[in-house]
Amino acid sequence: MSTLPETARIPAGAAPVRVAAAPATASTADVPVEAEEVAFDIRNFSMWYGQRQALQEITIKISARKVTAIIGPSGCGKSTFLRSLNRMHDLTPGTRLEGTLRHFGNDLYGPGIDATAVRRRVGMVFQKSNPFPTMSIADNVLVGLRLNGMRDRSVLQERLEQSLRMAALWDEVKDLLNRPGTSLSGGQQQRLCIARSLAVQPDTLLMDEPCSALDPIATAKIEDLIQTLREKYTVVIVTHNMQQAARCSDRTAFFYMGRLIEFDNTRKIFTNPSNPQTEAYVSGRFG
Amino acid sequence: MSTPSSTSILPAPGSRFPNIAFKWAAGLAAAMIIVLIILVGWELYAGSRLSLSKFGAGFLWSSEWDPVAEKYGALPFIFGTLVSSLLALLIAVPLGVATALFLTELAPMRMRQPITMAIEMLAAVPSVIFGLWGIFVLIPWLRDHLFVWLKHTLGFLPLFQGPIYGVSMLAAGVIIAIMILPIVTSISREILRSVPNLQREAAYALGATRWEVLRIAVLSYARRGLFGAAILGLGRALGETMAVTMVIGNRPQISASLFAPGYTLASVIANEFTEATTDLYLSSLFELGLVLLAVTILVNIAAQIMLKGITGSVSSKVA
Ligand SMILES: Nc1ncnc2c1ncn2[C@@H]1O[C@H](COP(=O)(O)OP(=O)(O)O)[C@@H](O)[C@H]1O
Ligand SMILES: [Mg+2]
Repeated sequence: MSTLPETARIPAGAAPVRVAAAPATASTADVPVEAEEVAFDIRNFSMWYGQRQALQEITIKISARKVTAIIGPSGCGKSTFLRSLNRMHDLTPGTRLEGTLRHFGNDLYGPGIDATAVRRRVGMVFQKSNPFPTMSIADNVLVGLRLNGMRDRSVLQERLEQSLRMAALWDEVKDLLNRPGTSLSGGQQQRLCIARSLAVQPDTLLMDEPCSALDPIATAKIEDLIQTLREKYTVVIVTHNMQQAARCSDRTAFFYMGRLIEFDNTRKIFTNPSNPQTEAYVSGRFG
Repeated sequence: MSTPSSTSILPAPGSRFPNIAFKWAAGLAAAMIIVLIILVGWELYAGSRLSLSKFGAGFLWSSEWDPVAEKYGALPFIFGTLVSSLLALLIAVPLGVATALFLTELAPMRMRQPITMAIEMLAAVPSVIFGLWGIFVLIPWLRDHLFVWLKHTLGFLPLFQGPIYGVSMLAAGVIIAIMILPIVTSISREILRSVPNLQREAAYALGATRWEVLRIAVLSYARRGLFGAAILGLGRALGETMAVTMVIGNRPQISASLFAPGYTLASVIANEFTEATTDLYLSSLFELGLVLLAVTILVNIAAQIMLKGITGSVSSKVA
């Protein structure tokens, strides 16, 4: 069976927007499995920076409580795709999009949808760790909760420990909670940022090359952490490191020049891809 | 991934000499500034010897300034300088930071340049023009409207009691505020622009609204720099002379009311230098100059210490 999405072959702009029921694009072979809950149901999604089209007719179903890796050569639109999942593009003037993007059934870009509410459910971790430098470790973790109006000390205290434990950082910082967040090492700062995202209790976590600035040991810690996160969260991780995608994801999507080329179980993508371009990329012949 | 900085940290061959030369030149320039300040201080000290020996330290806290009776005290001028400058800061810093926030975070792109230019033009207006505008436009308006309103609504405070003349400490504060607004705004703008976008995105990704992003990501990141902008504004405010002289009323008195006239160190020196007929009078004016220099330096030192406090302490409400 062909794994190249049907829609990906249609020239930009030719396809009708917001098709009610997508044609049997079943963008991929056998994923998602029927029984799985779908976190993101994305159809014919295109996106432009000004005149420049960065994503072309992406159709993909991302399953809940799985780790989905996005791979592809640099500039292929991985970050752009990821950032459309929590409406981060709203902040970039001149961006435009077409198609539908549903998150647990809700049209993320539908009328009346509050982008701040979306971002509370869909957290994001960035390539470079970015704790707030004027805040302590504790305040960094709790800042999102406080924004939501949480004042109850016992809840805050509990959520602080819970989030830091989840981010596998608690044991390292439990005695340093009042130290500045920026006093930690790079890997610890990245886990602090993960804890900060988890503290607002999102259901989905987006990670854009979260380990690219980290050493192998710190990277391994974050990869372990991703394994524990998949029990409760939907994780979408962009990575340029194919070993990382192979190690820690259930599904892998290969993007090339703004198109989704192939999406399948990670094992299949890395052992027996259906598309020759995917094959070339994962075997390191380009990219 | 290549690291672009890996090549640039190696010194290019032959680049050592310009480096050293630059270091020395910069060091020399810095040393010259310090020497200049010391020389100016020495000149002022030499000029004020007579008054120093006559009044001693009492000069600082005597509030009498009566050239006819040969009685000279600096307190009303120190008071006037500090109060008018603080008033100016109270007005100019919130306004300047708000304007800078608007320019960097909120205003549509095509509005930013014109507004910036307008503010920078404000800095080019000569002091005496501000003074004239103060006398003919600002003061009548303050006297007939703002002051009346303040007295009416906040008149229970000693700050807003007593007769309204127009020329006053508050009028001086307002005019200085307008004059330091451009520098406070443009420095704040640079500070806010240097806040990494990644900080804003971190806040947005937590579901923060635009205002919350400004508060938790932008202003808190920039607070040290914004404090610096305020201090630079204060430096300007303390020495502001011409426009202040024209609107403050030039009366050496200490009054709780902001509607009352006052006098500043800079103003009295400028005003009375030509009429200082006796040696002691002249010497006292020199000593006022020395005091002004000291006040400016002390305020800056205090600011440096406070700046350390801002960065050193991280507040936490939990644990
Ligand atoms: N803010 C932006 N404005 C204009 N073009 C952009 C912007 N961000 C990304 N692009 C362009 O969109 C394309 C995809 O970028 P990106 O999603 O960052 O790629 P990746 O993360 O896969 O390396 C690139 O060609 C890039 O130049
Ligand atoms: Mg990227």
